[in-house]
Amino acid sequence: MEQELGTFAVKKGLAQMLKGGVIMDVVTPEHARIAEDAGAVAVMALERVPADIRADGGVARMSDPELILKIMDTVSIPVMAKCRIGHFVEAQILEAIGVDYIDESEVLTPADEQHHINKHGFKVPFVCGCRNLGEALRRIGEGAAMMRTKGEAGTGDVIEAVRHARSVLGEIRRVQNMPEEEVMSFAKELSAPYEVLMETRSLGRMPVVNFAAGGIATPADAAMMMQLGVDGVFVGSGIFKSGDPARRAAAIVKAVAHFNDPYILAEVSRNLGEPMVGRQISAIPEGELLAGRGW
Amino acid sequence: MKIGVLALQGDFIEHIAILRSIGVDALEVRLPAHLDSLDGLIIPGGESTAIGKLAAAYGLIEPLRDFGVKRAIWGTCAGAILLSDDVHRDQPLLGLMHIQVERNAFGRQVASFETAIDIPALKKVAPQGGPYPAIFIRAPLIEKVGEGVQILAQLEDGRIVAAQQGRLLATSFHPELTDDHRVHQYFVERAREN
Repeated sequence: MEQELGTFAVKKGLAQMLKGGVIMDVVTPEHARIAEDAGAVAVMALERVPADIRADGGVARMSDPELILKIMDTVSIPVMAKCRIGHFVEAQILEAIGVDYIDESEVLTPADEQHHINKHGFKVPFVCGCRNLGEALRRIGEGAAMMRTKGEAGTGDVIEAVRHARSVLGEIRRVQNMPEEEVMSFAKELSAPYEVLMETRSLGRMPVVNFAAGGIATPADAAMMMQLGVDGVFVGSGIFKSGDPARRAAAIVKAVAHFNDPYILAEVSRNLGEPMVGRQISAIPEGELLAGRGW
Repeated sequence: MKIGVLALQGDFIEHIAILRSIGVDALEVRLPAHLDSLDGLIIPGGESTAIGKLAAAYGLIEPLRDFGVKRAIWGTCAGAILLSDDVHRDQPLLGLMHIQVERNAFGRQVASFETAIDIPALKKVAPQGGPYPAIFIRAPLIEKVGEGVQILAQLEDGRIVAAQQGRLLATSFHPELTDDHRVHQYFVERAREN
């Protein structure tokens, strides 16, 4: 019987396998090994973590495929990699080298200020960032098979991650409690595709998995995002910019698995060493914020 | 009838929803005490390394082995890996089933696929049923089966994708991602044999 590759079910299915897990940013094969040993469900292979991208300035692009391939050779778990918003050729290259998921990410400098990639045309699945339900459903309309709330990457400040998760989940609760005749007007208000909004309404959740990202630095941050109702977390700079990455990585993995158990959370939060220093988002000039990238 | 679903990581919510829809009590299992009074357990899809490490960290490996000696366990994908006794690499395993498994046997995500397969044993729960819609995601293969293990399903080229050893069941695909609940019904019947 025929085998069908790259169907939406297998694209979104991989994200379903990552639920309840932690996806970690890594910049070397050694980091990737530490992440896998700590119990990461996947790694994001990149040249610089967001905190360094922020500090260095300049144009941030897709990482060297050589680095991504070395990381793919090192670990048995899925490897994700980032391309710029709208940069469909970076995405083609990442698909050609066989990455397991592409993050069309606001952390890199956007390549198109109006359009995202048409993700339906790829066999490899995409994850995209969102700040609210409208943005999420537009990305799903373009073919994204997984979402993540954006937060503010590279800051270690969780406030934006909370804002975006509350916004998305709150809007889902609103549409669920709305009579059907009001949904079209709500779709217009959100600038969201009507059919995907109707599907979200009947499911009581987005039709794809939704992780939290951007500013998560501690086991408590990760567990809070889980209790708010996301399916898992991305941790970027929070692990390898901290004093003891292996220990912190393992603690965040345990915190996500046992997010509703304060006794376990207390235990795993002990003696983790220095967290990443972080930058308070309210002190960052508006033009330097990453979350506003995406249309 | 009470079935637990190992809820350390992976798509455990999908399994729980299907069990409830076929009239079975379904509970999340995260700690050894949660295994008490269960008639069976499902180990879901996910990342086998993450699930194995969390199981080891919270003292679940031995209790799960003891459980599997007396009760039914079904592993889907990562769960099948955990049930096996050989995966060619060093990671925590339960070693309950005499099967040798190759992880990511089809390749990376771009090689993930859907296909229909024949599972003759499902006739026991649905005599009229046809082929089963199987979803393979970075899926493992069962390379070899040992003594007492029965092959339940193979791809057309003969590669093994489902096996049974007494009340233990391993599938390299994901019945929890489909609307066809026959494999769940088949497993619940195994749990009833306790």
